[in-house]
Amino acid sequence: MASLQSQDVVARSATTTPSPQIRQVPQVAKLIDESKCIGCKACQVACMNWNDLRDEIGTNIGVYDNPSDLTPSSWTVMKFFEVEPTEGSLEWLIRKDGCMHCADPGCLKACPAPGAIIQYSNGIVDFHQENCIGCGYCVTGCPFNVPRISKEDSKAYKCSLCSDRVAVNQAPACAKACPTGAIQFGSKEDMKDYAAKRVTDLKERGYDQAGLYDPQGVGGTHVMYVLHHADKPDLYAGLPANPSISPLVSLWKGVAKPLATLALAGVALGSLFHYVTKGPNEVSKEIEDEIEKEDAK
Amino acid sequence: MIRDPKDLKRYEPKERANHWVVGISFILLALSGLAFFHPAFYPLTQLFGGPTWARIIHPYLGVLMALAFIVMFFRFEHLNKMTPADKEWLSKAKNMVDGNDHDMPEQGKYNGGQKVMFWVMAICMLLMTVSGLLIWRAWFGFDITLVRLGAVVHAAAGAVMIGMIMVHVYAAIWVKGTIRAMWYGTVTRGWAKQHHRGWYRQITGK
Repeated sequence: MASLQSQDVVARSATTTPSPQIRQVPQVAKLIDESKCIGCKACQVACMNWNDLRDEIGTNIGVYDNPSDLTPSSWTVMKFFEVEPTEGSLEWLIRKDGCMHCADPGCLKACPAPGAIIQYSNGIVDFHQENCIGCGYCVTGCPFNVPRISKEDSKAYKCSLCSDRVAVNQAPACAKACPTGAIQFGSKEDMKDYAAKRVTDLKERGYDQAGLYDPQGVGGTHVMYVLHHADKPDLYAGLPANPSISPLVSLWKGVAKPLATLALAGVALGSLFHYVTKGPNEVSKEIEDEIEKEDAK
Repeated sequence: MIRDPKDLKRYEPKERANHWVVGISFILLALSGLAFFHPAFYPLTQLFGGPTWARIIHPYLGVLMALAFIVMFFRFEHLNKMTPADKEWLSKAKNMVDGNDHDMPEQGKYNGGQKVMFWVMAICMLLMTVSGLLIWRAWFGFDITLVRLGAVVHAAAGAVMIGMIMVHVYAAIWVKGTIRAMWYGTVTRGWAKQHHRGWYRQITGK
């Protein structure tokens, strides 16, 4: 998509001037209602299908997860797990794992390659692999452990939220394929309204802690979850309760960048001006004469 | 420059070769490393055959520099032990920078400033090498917190090293007659007497 003109880029990796963003479009979001998910993996199949991805055939690790984790060719994976939210109660929870499309994306902040990571004004965070250099900084920056580096081409891959489909007013492939309506797609506002209804419904059915997962530590996300146990997101295969860009990443790719650059420029200019104001440090005439006298002896 | 048979030998050929392996790899590492640090320096990746090649080459150059530096460290370590005279020199360093070096204390082969440089470089090299391995994704996959810490330490130690090396290079340019020591190994007797009188006495017996 990078070669096509776009006027709705709000952020571009390793770029210090504004990107073309005159076109403002509504913020979109995908809402994944975990209480409606039946774990059929139609979303995984649709993702493979639309994006023309075929992962290697792996091995069964003893649970339903297949593959067992996100890979460069599997941009979404259903994760199944048995938990006891309260003692003695057993629940089989499922989470559709994949990129959360953060409003404040750690991957984009960390990326050193201009234009390898793009954030559109609709909220989608997209990787443009032709600009990717394979350093893995996006993995370092991501609070959700999502990007994967391919062993074949050393480029980073993840869910694009079907940015190509969304650009022509189509819902992402996974949302299109979901047979129970657990994956909804629309404007972020509409998705929040819909989620509120779902949460009310779940509460009526005894899930007192049901809620929306739209973590504010990363500015909110454009992939949101309805969870039965929103108070304990870590029940869902380690979904972080308060994700945010690591302070180490913020330091590294935030204040350190301009400060170190200025400091180095200061040393270079300081040296130059030291030379032109103080002059070179040459061997004194006195010592030269002493050496000459010695030689004359 | 006229070379005099009475010039004093300061560096052996193998010491100079060692220094330049470190020096060349440092320059290439600094140019490629800065490109990954701040987008203003990204065009430097073109010197390495493009950004992806820069990313591939950088860590191997790092290994080369680390190995060459270890050899250099053990070669020069015994000459860089801090003495009370060095501390006195450092306390008067401001006069030196102001261009007034008449009442600086007598120095051996290295002055206090050079010794500080040596030890700062040694510490930074250790930090650079360890943190560099932590973030080298082509070969390693460490815990994410370690990788993040590695990224910060690598950037910070790198910035300190680049700044220190600028000072190192500038000092060699500023103090006339210095650079030739690293090109062909000798310095004039006048240079030695003025800047490293202790070493001058030791070598010439005067």
